[in-house]
Amino acid sequence: MPKRKDIKKILIIGSGPIVIGQACEFDYSGAQACKALRKEGFKVVLVNSNPATIMTDPELAHRTYIEPITPEFVEKIIKKERPDSLLPTLGGQTGLNTAVELAESGVLKKYGVKLLGANLRSIKKAEERDRFKKTIEDCGLLVPKSGFAHSWEEAEKVIEHVGFPAIIRPSYTLGGSGGNVAYNMEEYRKYIDWGLHLSPRTQVLVEESVVGWKEYELEVMRDRKDNVVIVCSIENLDIMGIHTGDSVTVAPAQTLTDKEYQIMRDASLKIIRAIGVETGGSNIQFAVNPKNGKLYVIEMNPRVSRSSALASKATGFPIAKIASLLAVGYTLDEITNDITKVTPVCFEPTIDYCVVKWPRFTFEKFPNTNPELTVQMKSVGEAMSIGRTFKESLQKAIRSLEIDRYSLDSKYIPQGLSLSEIKAKLKSNCWDKLWYVAEALRRKMTVEQVNELTMIDMWFLNNINDIIKMERKIGSKKPEKLTKGFLQSIKEYGFSDKFIAAKTGTTELAIREKRLEKGVQPVYKTVDTCGAEFEAHTPYLYSTYEDECESNPTNRRKVMILGGGPNRIGQGIEFDYCCVHAAFALKEIGVESIMVNCNPETVSTDYDTSDRLYFEPLTFEDVMSIVDVEKPDGVIVQFGGQTPLKLAVALEKAGVKIIGTSPDSIDRAEDRKRFNRLVHKLKLRQPYSGTAVNYEQTLKIANKLGYPLLIRPSFVLGGRAMEIVYDESSLKKVVENAIAASGKHPILIDKFLDDATELDVDAISDGERVVIGGIMEHIEEAGVHSGDSACVLPPVSIKKKVIKELKRQTKELAKNLKVKGLINIQFAVKDDVVYILEVNPRASRTIPFVSKSIGVPLAKLAAKVMAGKTLDELGFTKEVERGYFSVKEAVFPFLKFPGIDTLLGPEMLSTGEVMGISDDFGIAFAKSQLAASNFLPTGGKVFISVKDRDKAKGVEVARQLHEMGFKICATRGTCINLINNNVPAEFVLKVDEGRPNVVDTIINGEVDLIINTTVGKQAIIDSFSIRRTALDRQVPYVTTMRGAMAVSKAIEALQQHKIGVKAVQLYYR
Amino acid sequence: MSAILLLEDATVFKGRSFGAKGIKCGEVVFNTSMTGYQEILTDPSYNEQIVTMTYPLIGNYGTNPLDVESRRVFVSGFIVKENCEYPSNWRNKHSLSEYLEKKRIVGLEGIDTRRLVKHIREKGAMRGIISSTEMRIGELSKQLEKYPGLVDRDIVKNVSMKKPYKWDKGTVDVLEDTELKPKPKYKVVAYDFGVKQNILRMLRSAGCEVTVVPGNTSAKDVLKYKPDGVFLSNGPGDPAPVSYAAQNVRKLLGKVPIFGICLGHQILALAMGGKTYKLKFGHRGANHPVMNLKTKAVEITSQNHGFCVDIDSFDKKDVELTHINLNDNTLEGFRCKKVPAFCVQYHPEASPGPHDSSYLFEEFTQLMDKARKS
Repeated sequence: MPKRKDIKKILIIGSGPIVIGQACEFDYSGAQACKALRKEGFKVVLVNSNPATIMTDPELAHRTYIEPITPEFVEKIIKKERPDSLLPTLGGQTGLNTAVELAESGVLKKYGVKLLGANLRSIKKAEERDRFKKTIEDCGLLVPKSGFAHSWEEAEKVIEHVGFPAIIRPSYTLGGSGGNVAYNMEEYRKYIDWGLHLSPRTQVLVEESVVGWKEYELEVMRDRKDNVVIVCSIENLDIMGIHTGDSVTVAPAQTLTDKEYQIMRDASLKIIRAIGVETGGSNIQFAVNPKNGKLYVIEMNPRVSRSSALASKATGFPIAKIASLLAVGYTLDEITNDITKVTPVCFEPTIDYCVVKWPRFTFEKFPNTNPELTVQMKSVGEAMSIGRTFKESLQKAIRSLEIDRYSLDSKYIPQGLSLSEIKAKLKSNCWDKLWYVAEALRRKMTVEQVNELTMIDMWFLNNINDIIKMERKIGSKKPEKLTKGFLQSIKEYGFSDKFIAAKTGTTELAIREKRLEKGVQPVYKTVDTCGAEFEAHTPYLYSTYEDECESNPTNRRKVMILGGGPNRIGQGIEFDYCCVHAAFALKEIGVESIMVNCNPETVSTDYDTSDRLYFEPLTFEDVMSIVDVEKPDGVIVQFGGQTPLKLAVALEKAGVKIIGTSPDSIDRAEDRKRFNRLVHKLKLRQPYSGTAVNYEQTLKIANKLGYPLLIRPSFVLGGRAMEIVYDESSLKKVVENAIAASGKHPILIDKFLDDATELDVDAISDGERVVIGGIMEHIEEAGVHSGDSACVLPPVSIKKKVIKELKRQTKELAKNLKVKGLINIQFAVKDDVVYILEVNPRASRTIPFVSKSIGVPLAKLAAKVMAGKTLDELGFTKEVERGYFSVKEAVFPFLKFPGIDTLLGPEMLSTGEVMGISDDFGIAFAKSQLAASNFLPTGGKVFISVKDRDKAKGVEVARQLHEMGFKICATRGTCINLINNNVPAEFVLKVDEGRPNVVDTIINGEVDLIINTTVGKQAIIDSFSIRRTALDRQVPYVTTMRGAMAVSKAIEALQQHKIGVKAVQLYYR
Repeated sequence: MSAILLLEDATVFKGRSFGAKGIKCGEVVFNTSMTGYQEILTDPSYNEQIVTMTYPLIGNYGTNPLDVESRRVFVSGFIVKENCEYPSNWRNKHSLSEYLEKKRIVGLEGIDTRRLVKHIREKGAMRGIISSTEMRIGELSKQLEKYPGLVDRDIVKNVSMKKPYKWDKGTVDVLEDTELKPKPKYKVVAYDFGVKQNILRMLRSAGCEVTVVPGNTSAKDVLKYKPDGVFLSNGPGDPAPVSYAAQNVRKLLGKVPIFGICLGHQILALAMGGKTYKLKFGHRGANHPVMNLKTKAVEITSQNHGFCVDIDSFDKKDVELTHINLNDNTLEGFRCKKVPAFCVQYHPEASPGPHDSSYLFEEFTQLMDKARKS
């Protein structure tokens, strides 16, 4: 069937900011959809609040709305654009939920908008547990025993037939948010309460636990002629009970016979038909009892999901693109396979390699939370690896994670553990369990014993045991004893040069040289969807150690781009955005682009983003092997965040040409001593500072500089282990952490500029000319990590002469550092004096935000500059000044980590960002808050409790809010101060002062906004429950005074104006 | 222990031996199915073929007594990237290597199977010799020269049972451990050209009382059973030299409803005056899209054939094309217009592979119903 004639204009809803459970896979899917639908001649309207996405690039959709993804805002967009259809299945749970709300409230009907892909009925059948259960049972399939509860009374009844252990899942939340396993009544009560509150519909599902069963997923696609295909099967290494997003998973399924696999396939076909997903992709999760094969259907997502992204990258079958084409009427047999170019996509990909996905955690960021894995997702990213065997793929996955682990070596776990301690770890759900599995096997525990404790399938354990056996063979052989045959067989198992070097007492480089000398080099095989049955026309490659290399490098001029690896806090989609732009830029100037990355969620790992794609770990060894084959004219390391940057020096030493700003310049900016010399030379000003390698040195410097101090390690991104220290008592612990995180490098000690304004400047330089991209004023004061701080472009409170000075200093620094490409500088301004905090001569996290604000693709221009163009040639010679305000706000994962504080500090904790644009700063800020799900009230009661230093400003904000009609309540000190300053305020008890106290009033829903600034260890502990309760009860809260002032402006704007929506394409005119 | 594969164009693959020790010639082919190796090994259609699996990790779930398609293993040799010595599955009884050893099949592992597959894709399926005893190329080459290959040879007679027998097993639900065996309503005679047991099971589960007869049974003898329908099975090799089968079928056409699968399809085609030819490297896998030309629906199919019916060799007066392969537009099924007979090139009985096409067994019973009424 050809495409539908009744569709002209399609609205696509994106997934908003990156959060745990919803990451850049939805940029990948949305971008594919926009591209595919545009190519088919449809008008595409897009809404997404996340500026760091490729999909919000102005050329991807006809109209792009960077606006909050709420039903109210989407309705405004519908009213303005009048699309005839809405594609709800590509924007994750956010997109789907928003579409459901619009459908249920009658908005879609009112404006005559059709839902494409899945209709309301089928979405609800899949999403609402009771309907889902009935549908599945009607198919003759089994689901775990379960029941719904909307109250504790109902929950008590449900548990009677479900029994313990039971899983409690709140309905309609992201990534299993709030999901828990209860083993007894006490836990049950606690989780029910929490779950009911978290669920947007006050509904929880209580489900029979199948902990220990095997978990599988099938990716299914259906077209409107009812053709159904399975794109990929996935088997989890981790057992049921650990969220699939947090599980190590493998594609294809490994331990199912054909008979069993076909039962699962038949079930999937029945389910997608019964649920009634008309067109597009779905993913279906199964649990299998390892003892008898009994099959339970666990869940179905009637939309493109994280697993779809993984399945797409694992097979070369672009699910999102095809789902989009199916939605507009094509059928699977009408779409040609991009890779073979001759066969249709109406088939089931077959793969001739093994794919391993490994989640990336950031528990180190949240030291006060329990690092155990549960049914609620906690990972922030993932790496995927491809190898010809599971063993090879597993070991490649480990080094793809970039957690400074290169093998299953025992050195990565605490030394001197007893066997019983190891057994305890095997029984636990720690994130790094496989290292303990390896250690147990190393200590001669049998595979059966390990299986008994972990319930991990014997197939996986035996494979790991093979790795351990090979590890023993390597033993402590002398490097000269490594024969060609032996080296080849070690490499076939996926061992890294680094590991072999450590075992044999030599260096990584020596092993590499030995390999090259003996001709032991990887070959590259193609991901081709068909197991080599047809010729592949797309160079999508992975390495393995075999005979035939399929890389067939060209003789064109070519540049290699090193990507950012798995998402993590501090390094995420922003850097992928930059890498993708680099690829686009190279294409535009006729240079072949070669992408290297291992993150399956990204646009950069789409096979059509670059000319050639190597799905490989970003380590020295793996990158050098590609360089050996491709011999690129240059390599870009400045776009993928710290990951490639860390490799720059080693690559350059190995003879690789790094283009753009030189590694030496980067080092001059990163190395504190060299940087100090530069600042001194240019007569610029820095906060007083010093470097140290131990506590004693630090203490000396601290005594000289005086407190407060900012302590941080060098060469880390996202402010890892960065802290502000107010007195000597807490110095020691902070210094120890920073030294640990800093590795070989010294730690940095800065005099902390209290109450200064922080600014970020992004600029681009071709070595001659420097053009300012944008200047951002942070909303929060200096001391909050720039990635966590909201910011506004252009600045709103900085004097013109200071801005002039900022620009002057930026240009000076860029010129002196001989920057060719992007540079980011963080400044602090106090009493109109400019201080330099940090210089990063590379792509920064703010590049996509600035690009979206000014309507100029800075990363793309920079890549062209790096490839030899001048800014003059590119026509970018003058700073772009716009008449509107763009506000970036950060989004945090606090809800996923019970027990952690929500205070902001110098260590970055946010996972994503949103953007609000308006001609009015207040409105732009309000939009950013809405987009970040901080639903600011326009009336009601505000609770205010501020630290002494903020008292004066606190009065100012309170007065504004009072005048806007808010009631104020405050704790003793603040309250007295307000009343003394003629601001009426009610008095409320602190938590330790008796009851009812402030937390009680929050729980009772009497408070609509919380302003709570605090300082000092005890005060922070005392006020923790206020912030945590606010978070759990979803009451908007602000923890900085400047944030409060901006919120007040935003509320004023919300009261006074009707907020409109406007496409970015119109802003840029 | 090493093993070796030598191809007729002198290409050599050296790897490790698993399974039985020995030496054997055959046509080297590849299968792209990621599951179902035990069904593949026991499928008589693979007689005289050395099968390479494109999926690299084989043996993961071991072997069991149920997932078999015939009385023995028929492949001449089995080639995988990595053979798994520690199978994990609740139904597993023996590892793949134990199984092959017991069945005296030579296995070769540890070679770049993708290179081999690409080689076959580019050069075509070719003769080869697999060995874990003789490693000298010259010696192997001499033996290989003597091997005639599959073209123009009747190898059906190697695999077909010599005597008729009754088949009374239905399909089994492995999870429930139940067998589907309704009361028989139809008498079906199945020609055994190398029949896969799942076809017989599905016939039985569709309500057929099945008598299996040798591939060279005469039409007259078949009719003596007074069948409601005749089934033409799959089987190995080149259909052209199995001319007796086409002759017998010609005599049966119009007298009794006929359903053919795979070689059975080719034999029916020959009986209808069609021609067959050898494909470059054949279709072997479980993911081939086939369009049903009547409904325009696409079935994901299980395939195993090296020969193919020439789509243009028919008189369209007599024959209606019903199925076509969307990968290469080759013929996948047809129906006779004037007599009750139809057939498909692919494997609706799956095993291994998707179950999308099982409806064809019902079409066969419907055809028998119709014939009975008239």
